[in-house]
Amino acid sequence: MMPARALEGLLLVVFALLPLALQPFWVIFVTRVLILALLALSFDLVWGFAGIMSFGQALFFGAAGYVVALLARDAGVTSVFVVLPAALAVGLALAFLVASFLLLGRHPPSITFVALGTLTGSYAGDRLARGWYYLGGQNGIPSIPPMTAGPAQVSEGVTYYYLALAFLIAVYAACRFLVGSQFGLALAGIRINEARMAFFGYSVQLLKAVVFSVAGAIAGIAGGLYAFHEGFVWPNMLGVILSTQIVLYALFGGVGTLIGAVIGVIAIEIVSFVLADAYPTVWPVILGVLLLVVILFRPSGLISLFVPRRIPGEVDGAA
Amino acid sequence: MALLEAAGVTKAFGQLTALGSVDFVVEEGQLHGLIGPNGSGKSTLLKCIAGAELPSGGRIRFRGRDITDATPADRARAGLSLKFQVTSVFPELSVYDNVLLALQARSPLAALTFSRTRAGLHGRVLEILGELRRRDRAAAAAAVLSHGEQQWLEIAMALASRPQLLLLDEPTGGMSLEERRATGELLVPLRRSCSIVIVEHDLDFIREICDVLTVLDQGRVLETGTVEQIQRSRKVQEVYLTRV
Repeated sequence: MMPARALEGLLLVVFALLPLALQPFWVIFVTRVLILALLALSFDLVWGFAGIMSFGQALFFGAAGYVVALLARDAGVTSVFVVLPAALAVGLALAFLVASFLLLGRHPPSITFVALGTLTGSYAGDRLARGWYYLGGQNGIPSIPPMTAGPAQVSEGVTYYYLALAFLIAVYAACRFLVGSQFGLALAGIRINEARMAFFGYSVQLLKAVVFSVAGAIAGIAGGLYAFHEGFVWPNMLGVILSTQIVLYALFGGVGTLIGAVIGVIAIEIVSFVLADAYPTVWPVILGVLLLVVILFRPSGLISLFVPRRIPGEVDGAA
Repeated sequence: MALLEAAGVTKAFGQLTALGSVDFVVEEGQLHGLIGPNGSGKSTLLKCIAGAELPSGGRIRFRGRDITDATPADRARAGLSLKFQVTSVFPELSVYDNVLLALQARSPLAALTFSRTRAGLHGRVLEILGELRRRDRAAAAAAVLSHGEQQWLEIAMALASRPQLLLLDEPTGGMSLEERRATGELLVPLRRSCSIVIVEHDLDFIREICDVLTVLDQGRVLETGTVEQIQRSRKVQEVYLTRV
């Protein structure tokens, strides 16, 4: 067992040095893992810390991916300084729109209502993309030109790896700051007893809408990075399967810890790759059983194998 | 002007009428007891005042403002604070964080995000825990507190926002005699800063600390008056002698 901070430091060092030891194929693979880790963080923020069950994080991820793909295809805009802020803005705005419908009513919505509402949004996004010719229908938008930074291209490989890593570190640090702040304490209160919080005078629904929108922005950044990394976008990026996969990443790694979401992505992506190679036909079944075993016997996720359980409500300055 | 005025408040759950046209007034600085047999509507009235239930009829005014349809959060911001009958502390959080959570409720979002009020509130959290003589328990999880300690923590949380009207639903429920005495000592000085409405079954406790009592029976006000007036009331004696 080691403290969570030590595990974070260890992962940081490993990720910083990894491209020096990896073949180009594996650099691309790990870059994808880093981007998906951003997406898993966005889910952990809303579910693990605020108790909002979002089955629709892929909607913000995919929508941002499509918007930057269209910017690149139709407007020739590929600058990292435009496309990634645009991806963030799309995720933020779309998540706030969804939150306005699902969270900002007069009466607090149930977890089931929000879960089904976000799932429906994800499904609707997928169907819209499949049916809209302008978005490429079933095939999506292929051949997105590489991202640029001034005259230089930022294409897949070591440069893109460090770009994704930089965003992951920045977003992780921002999430860590947020959940450790008084705002994070309010989120913990909402997660534990939402009704009680209203009697203190908190605008509970507004706080939930804010954190949901922030998570949408994170998913948006991930979508923008993913679109340029893969070079194409397709309807599955918006859909229910990816939305569910994001939930599994966090559950597998351990919710409410941030680092657990990152570990969940690493573990599932590596195991999926190995299983798909060894058992090309039945690997999804094996992966499903493995996920069930972990969730049943390690409900706190894989993170509980590495770090001791978080001391509840431990704060700076207490006592 | 009275601090709180409930006029003709009714509350029905399907065919059951829990409150039938209740008039209830609380003055500034008053320690007002709300008593009555089980099912008389005490907790329902308190919930209607705090916003946990919306009345089926009647109006509730707080500091001259109509709050009948206001949300619990709006009422809390207006100066009402409720301690629930069932303790609803946040068991996973520390005692310190429970109090801080209640204290920071009115801080703006930006201040919460950047923890700008934390240093300012730190002293107040310790002060509140000191008043409860629980400063040494600040880092403990609320879940490990005894039932009596959780009740006190709940009162501390209700008081943290410096309300003008504190609503306490059975604050001594499940407490030992010694804990009840200590709770009384805690509550009486509070009248200098706020009015208090207490729902209690322990009549000795109510007699010792309240100025005014309202007796409810079958969802209606049976009698309102000073402790002496209530003790002499034939109607109240009848209810308590025949039904309790």
